[in-house]
Amino acid sequence: MSNLNTVLPPVSERSNILRWMRRNLFGSWYDALLTILGALIAYWAVRGFLTWVFTVAEWEVVSTNMRLLMIGQYPLEHSDRLWVWLGFLVFLSGNSIGIWARRSRFAVVLLLIPALLALFPFGDSPRQWLILLCIAGLVGWGFGRARPDVLKRSVIAGWVISLPVIILLTHGLSESESGFMPIVRTNLWGGLLLTFLLTVVGILFSFPIGVLLALGRRSELPIIRWFSVGYIEIVRGVPLITILFMAQLMLPLFLPTGWTVDRVVRAMVGITLFSAAYLAENVRGGLQAIPRGQFEAAHALGLNGFQTMTFVILPQALRLIIPILVGQFIAVFKDTSLVAIVGLLDLVGIAKTVLAQPEFLGLQREVYAFISLIFWVLSYGMSYLSQQLEERLGVGKR
Amino acid sequence: MADEPIIKVQDVHKWYGNFHALKGINMEVKRREVIVIFGPSGSGKSTFIRTLNRLEEHQRGTIIVDGIELSHDVRNIEQIRSETGMVFQQFNLFPHLTVMQNIVLAPIQVRKWKKEKAEEIAMQLLERVGIPEQAHKYPGQLSGGQQQRVAIARSLAMQPKIMLFDEPTSALDPEMIKEVLDVMIELAKSGMTILAVTHEMGFARAVADRMVFFDKGEIVEQGTPEQIFNNPQSDRTKLFLSQILRH
Repeated sequence: MSNLNTVLPPVSERSNILRWMRRNLFGSWYDALLTILGALIAYWAVRGFLTWVFTVAEWEVVSTNMRLLMIGQYPLEHSDRLWVWLGFLVFLSGNSIGIWARRSRFAVVLLLIPALLALFPFGDSPRQWLILLCIAGLVGWGFGRARPDVLKRSVIAGWVISLPVIILLTHGLSESESGFMPIVRTNLWGGLLLTFLLTVVGILFSFPIGVLLALGRRSELPIIRWFSVGYIEIVRGVPLITILFMAQLMLPLFLPTGWTVDRVVRAMVGITLFSAAYLAENVRGGLQAIPRGQFEAAHALGLNGFQTMTFVILPQALRLIIPILVGQFIAVFKDTSLVAIVGLLDLVGIAKTVLAQPEFLGLQREVYAFISLIFWVLSYGMSYLSQQLEERLGVGKR
Repeated sequence: MADEPIIKVQDVHKWYGNFHALKGINMEVKRREVIVIFGPSGSGKSTFIRTLNRLEEHQRGTIIVDGIELSHDVRNIEQIRSETGMVFQQFNLFPHLTVMQNIVLAPIQVRKWKKEKAEEIAMQLLERVGIPEQAHKYPGQLSGGQQQRVAIARSLAMQPKIMLFDEPTSALDPEMIKEVLDVMIELAKSGMTILAVTHEMGFARAVADRMVFFDKGEIVEQGTPEQIFNNPQSDRTKLFLSQILRH
């Protein structure tokens, strides 16, 4: 009788699947009816889709054109450079997981994804690279776990230089074809590569501009305030596609003759300026949520306006709006597909050219299902990361 | 120099729109003097001490703090603020920073101290206010009394010449008021120049050199605690004291 003191929950609270089902799905005769009806509808809806996926769909269109979908017309002989920066990113991710998400098993599983992808029939060279990616990620993870404090700074530095590294490796250095890292013109960039670059540049550059515009809109200096308000309201009132058309077609008219701006750069500028206006309003919402007492306490300590913003107000405001920011970033990611309309071959643009090949006519469903999957996986990835970040920063708790 | 008042306020007026919040305030504060300001709500007492570090702007008159006149010059304002600590009713700690980070932020950014020096001094201050073990917690994990003591330590870290208290115990549960008052009393006895807006008459009796009664934007009466408690001159002072001392 010694363990009378250990109090067990009442029997009804100790759940197993059968009991749970009986209580929640078949609690009464109409519950049972609804459950069966719902199951039938779900079966009917999913069956059609699954039959199509496994029997009807001709996935060769995707596997044959995998390289086009991933990197467009980027020359095969230089594609190693893309694998190198991808490896760099995976290594940094592994590092970061090892340092900041030590206990997350799921995060480690993420690092094994390249190895899983290597099981698909991609040809020998991509397969070797995928396995190398997996190793890079796991090695990075091991380092991160072993020496978190030593590596923290270098990992942050690594992330800071990652965009220049990516652009440099993708673009190349040498004018001559025989030199070190010959330049690959941007008209050859395409597919997921182009979508990724447009997104990353759009997000990274629109963020600081958006913060500045939000601060500008609250400024006491009328000219700065009017400019910010005018910019935000004009850009928000115009569809992205018109901005992209203006960037492609009208910008050259304003530039001195002989000046040209690369078409991909034009698209990047358009996306950045568009996204900045929306970000500005999101950030302003966050700033308004900070109580006046925080400003007063910072001022009373002798912090100047810039220090007050940098150390007290913005860290709190930005943390509050993480979910909104990530929503905006996902929107930027998906909106980049509009560049297909102005003739760039991003994921959607390249899909259209794939479908224009005579042997793949009429396979729209397969191709668009595949690129939807890519968009979904990456969007969900961003969403998942933001939830982790919120949890780590204790949003809503302190 | 030592006898020169550290704060000189002459004929200060302030309006909020048409509302005349301060109607010609004159005051001189000597170094090491402890002044308790009290009065009914809406009497302008909080507004007054907030003009001393320019959280509120006055529209007429002059305010000179430690030889610097408050004007629109931002550098003057920032210098006065770094010499003047302020403790608020709502604590206003920075919730995203730990107690330690709250305290060292201004010394590192404004005074340009090394991190190690700032943290060492912060630790001494936390011991002085009695909560060294809370250094690495976040404000949200502390009780109100502990938060207010952190706020006092945060102000003291700038090594101010003057401390302003704006109703420091009004938002606290009764059992926490004493721990904050004890810190304030210790501070007063250490020779700090203090202006405190408070209705804690025990504090006033214990350490105040002078009590100032505000009503309707004016100084109605001032004197030592002895004079104010035992022999108030004005009817308004008598009425107010009888209301807050009745219980």
